[in-house]
Amino acid sequence: MLAATVRVTRDLDLAEEAVQDAFVEALRVWPHDGVPDKPGAWLTTVAKRRALNAMARAKTLDTKLPLLLERDEDDLPDEDFIGDDRLRLVFTCCHPALAREAQLALTLRLVCGVATADVAHAFLISEATMAARITRAKKKIAAARIPYVVPEPHELPERLDAALTVIYLLYTTGHTAPAGDDLVRDELTARALDLARMLHGLLPGGEAAGLLALLLCHEARRGTRTDAHGRLLRMSEQNRTAWDRERIAEADALIVAALRAGGRGRFLLQAAIAALHAQAPSYEQTDWPQILELYDALLRVWPSPVVALNRAVALAEVEGPQAAIAAVDALEGVDGYRYLHSTRADLLHRLGRDGEAADAYQRALQLTDNVAERTFLEERRAPR
Amino acid sequence: MAQYAVFLYERVAPEDLPPEIMQRHEQMPERAAELGGRIVAGMALQPPDTSTSIRKGELTDGPFLETKEVLGGVFVIEARDLDTALAIAKLTPVVEGGVEVVPLLDFQVL
Repeated sequence: MLAATVRVTRDLDLAEEAVQDAFVEALRVWPHDGVPDKPGAWLTTVAKRRALNAMARAKTLDTKLPLLLERDEDDLPDEDFIGDDRLRLVFTCCHPALAREAQLALTLRLVCGVATADVAHAFLISEATMAARITRAKKKIAAARIPYVVPEPHELPERLDAALTVIYLLYTTGHTAPAGDDLVRDELTARALDLARMLHGLLPGGEAAGLLALLLCHEARRGTRTDAHGRLLRMSEQNRTAWDRERIAEADALIVAALRAGGRGRFLLQAAIAALHAQAPSYEQTDWPQILELYDALLRVWPSPVVALNRAVALAEVEGPQAAIAAVDALEGVDGYRYLHSTRADLLHRLGRDGEAADAYQRALQLTDNVAERTFLEERRAPR
Repeated sequence: MAQYAVFLYERVAPEDLPPEIMQRHEQMPERAAELGGRIVAGMALQPPDTSTSIRKGELTDGPFLETKEVLGGVFVIEARDLDTALAIAKLTPVVEGGVEVVPLLDFQVL
């Protein structure tokens, strides 16, 4: 709805206001007249009308916003059209003229409606800093007229990587909501999957296929990440029979086709790793040597400390925890990353260095306020 | 159409610019038109050692900001959106340096 309204206004703040107005209007009208047949379409129409009225009032109409309408207002959105609008909004938010941090923040905030506090948390910065970042980015979009369009085919590959990164981070934010009790925010993850499918439809194969397959693998295992009490489970403890075979098979087909076509991008390699995990009959029977090989390939195209950390976990299975802890301790610049400390703690524990392990769990605990994660870490910290 | 200022920063002094760079400057209006935009105005600046800066009424000999890249020229372009403006700005001939694209606040100033 926000996306459809932005297409009319080309002004994000104005569109957000109009959408809020539409909800207020619904609260007033629906109890009286009943809920309309298509509540979504009703709200969108009202929001667009509000936005148009607001713009007509503004004297700046012909100077600031001359490209208001690309289509007629009466052109009522059908399902595909809404999808296309969301895609345009994604590409606007992921425009290369915006800093990467701004792209991420804006997409989470505007495409997915994540609260600013949660967006801030996902990127380990304060809410005030994040709010300022979002405001600045929105101002730039309006003032510099960052276009609200799906990029031309020749620009698409370049523009796609930014969008894929943003969608992936969006999924992981929903997957492990950093604050509060909801470990999984179904809506966030579902929207990320929708967006990944849409992008894959637009540019099939390659990295778009990789992202979609990666999300499918995560999604296939999602229900088994916690037990009945909401306690986090490690992959070795998860009930593999409950993993969604259909999704894993869909991911596998995407990965095989994209690899055959010569794809070696970072999303595709991550998907291949996730699929190997998902297809292993047990944790012990996982093909760790191949996973380690894929991590080596991944580090070449994407030299990131987070990848190096995950590679260390695979290394522990192939060469033992001693080699892995050396690799982890060599990492720099990730002290604020809570999984670094929980991974270290786990490796230290396996080496019998329990005192150091307890300290590392403590450090990881300081870095999360997700209840499920806290419980998990507290249990690990206690001597077993 | 929106308007943008394009600031051209160049390390090479104007008198040392090769002739093909000057030639490409002359072709800019035509290239901009091909992209659906327009060059509204353009000006080339004398070197910064000819400039005079004024701060609170005090005169100083030289540029306001000392930078390695010198502001060598400014032009104003008209484009439908930032993508078009950036495409035009990318055509700006620069030997060593770059350009900065800034949307204009109000294009009816002049």
